Amino acid sequence: MRKVAYRYRDDIALADVAFEAWGTSVEEVFISAADATMNVMVEDLGTIGRSEELTIELEHDQLDLLLFSFLNELIFLKDARQLLLRVKSLSIRRAGEKSILKGVVYGEGIDPQKHPLRVDVKAVTLHRFNLRQTDAGWEASVILDI
Amino acid sequence: MPIPEGVKRISDTVWEIPVSYKEGMRVPGRIYATDKLMKEMDAGVFEQLSNVACLPGILKYAYCMPDGHWGYGFPIGGMAAMDPETGVISPGGIGFDINCGMRLVLTNLTLEEVQPHLRELVDALFRRVPAGVGSTGVIKLSREEFKTVAEEGSRWCLREGYAWPEDLQNTEEGGCFKGADASKISRKAIERGFNQIGTLGSGNHYCELQVAKPENIFDEATARAFGFTIPNQVAIMFHCGSRGFGHQVATDYLELFLSVMDRKYGIKVNDRELSCAPFRSPEGRDYFAAMTCAINMAFANRQVILHRIREVFSDVFRKDPRELGMHMVYDVAHNTAKLEKHEVDGKKREVLIHRKGATRAFGPGMDDLPDQYRKTGQPVIIGGSMETGSYLLAGLKSGAEAFYTTAHGSGRTMSRHQAKKMVRGQTLQKEMEGRGIYVRTASWSGLAEEAGIAYKNIDDVVEATELAGLSKRVVRLLPLGNIKG
Repeated sequence: MRKVAYRYRDDIALADVAFEAWGTSVEEVFISAADATMNVMVEDLGTIGRSEELTIELEHDQLDLLLFSFLNELIFLKDARQLLLRVKSLSIRRAGEKSILKGVVYGEGIDPQKHPLRVDVKAVTLHRFNLRQTDAGWEASVILDI
Repeated sequence: MPIPEGVKRISDTVWEIPVSYKEGMRVPGRIYATDKLMKEMDAGVFEQLSNVACLPGILKYAYCMPDGHWGYGFPIGGMAAMDPETGVISPGGIGFDINCGMRLVLTNLTLEEVQPHLRELVDALFRRVPAGVGSTGVIKLSREEFKTVAEEGSRWCLREGYAWPEDLQNTEEGGCFKGADASKISRKAIERGFNQIGTLGSGNHYCELQVAKPENIFDEATARAFGFTIPNQVAIMFHCGSRGFGHQVATDYLELFLSVMDRKYGIKVNDRELSCAPFRSPEGRDYFAAMTCAINMAFANRQVILHRIREVFSDVFRKDPRELGMHMVYDVAHNTAKLEKHEVDGKKREVLIHRKGATRAFGPGMDDLPDQYRKTGQPVIIGGSMETGSYLLAGLKSGAEAFYTTAHGSGRTMSRHQAKKMVRGQTLQKEMEGRGIYVRTASWSGLAEEAGIAYKNIDDVVEATELAGLSKRVVRLLPLGNIKG
């Protein structure tokens, strides 16, 4: 089972959901942030099966906005294909000015009988959005619009 | 929290954040609140409102309504009027849920007549109006047809048999804002939204059966003009927006603005969520056209939900919805940017109004009101928490000082996580049932997050808008049954 590397914050963004996520590598913090986002919508991430697998490829010249795009992609797929998704593997590499993400995500169609659903995430906001390198690795702060 | 240093009291209900509060403020901030509500304002309100005051082209003040609280970009309850020639448009001043709004529908049924059918009605609404994470609607549209909905809003609904002609008259701007252009919306936005028409969504979205008790009629003549004519009359109020379509439109343009704002237009903002572009720029125009599509889709969404509500009542009472008096009081949008004509420094001119968690409240006599509300002022629908009740207000002439804007709801005082720690969804449902309110929810934790304790007192908020001359109380509506997304 994957280690939980995020926590929700009570003291900011009352109507929305704020979280902090972390990891020893930049890939890990992306994976933690993806789980934190999905966990807002599904109580128990362990209930998400593996019947679907998709590849996600994204690039951006700013690493933090690559995270923004990645989380947005998961939210897009939740509405456009009614999929709940988790990361299977993910790599981020630099190519000149750009950071390039290639990820494989797995999941399955939303099923209220199987997945204990919470609240829908409308969007990722850029209010206080932050991705930073620390002594221990990487940390992200995100506020999701609910 | 304590009121920050430098914030000045102007009157009993008006507070000012002076331009000296933060570097770069072009205008002062103005908060409408009583002493009590002012003390309940969180730190986000002061930070975000002063950021809004720094935006190019802002006129008069950056405003915050009494239900204000921490948002993103603008605070919730935020409003800013921009000079269209020199000012900017920002998705952070509208919100991701473009044209999130409220609709109120009457019946000619009394509490006594509805009570025996309450569970049946709520259960049927819960089945017929899909709610919750990723829910999809029953109307199957092609992507091309969806573009027509986005451009035409409620007019499409009328053509397809989902609306009565009078519904359109009683929707802000007739249920179709001018300037929608579907060529400005992305493929992704269409993919997210084309199958969501007629769905409620999640979070604080709901559909509620309510009753107007005689002791809760504050202004009998206006209440009568708004359609409340019998004691203990039952009405239906609902709250939802443009679903994934609007969320994607906002996300698309937030990213676009971020890439051009500084590089192309030399605009710097204090919060990236306030990313913006000049209203008259190609990017600003495109966003306005795309956002207007989302506004119109939200009107269509609420119109289709109204159609479903009429069907449910018709099935349960075995009568035509017209026989049941299911007229719509009004539909208000509370997350929009639009061009309106207002008097600024003695001159009538066009301004671009951003309202985020704030409601237009036109006063009596204004041109854009339907004939039947010309004398009373615009009906304003304020949703409270599902435990405490909601209000129907009317716009006032004195609202001119805030570009005819008032509050939109009660406003949160507690985070979702905190509310969930204090309340269990199942327990709350039972407690509410004990008080005669029957609730169905797509999510137990979602229900707990919307508990009454997480919100400001709606009576305080509404009283503050009245004391400030922004809107006046007409009817207080109490909850009977609720479906929660």
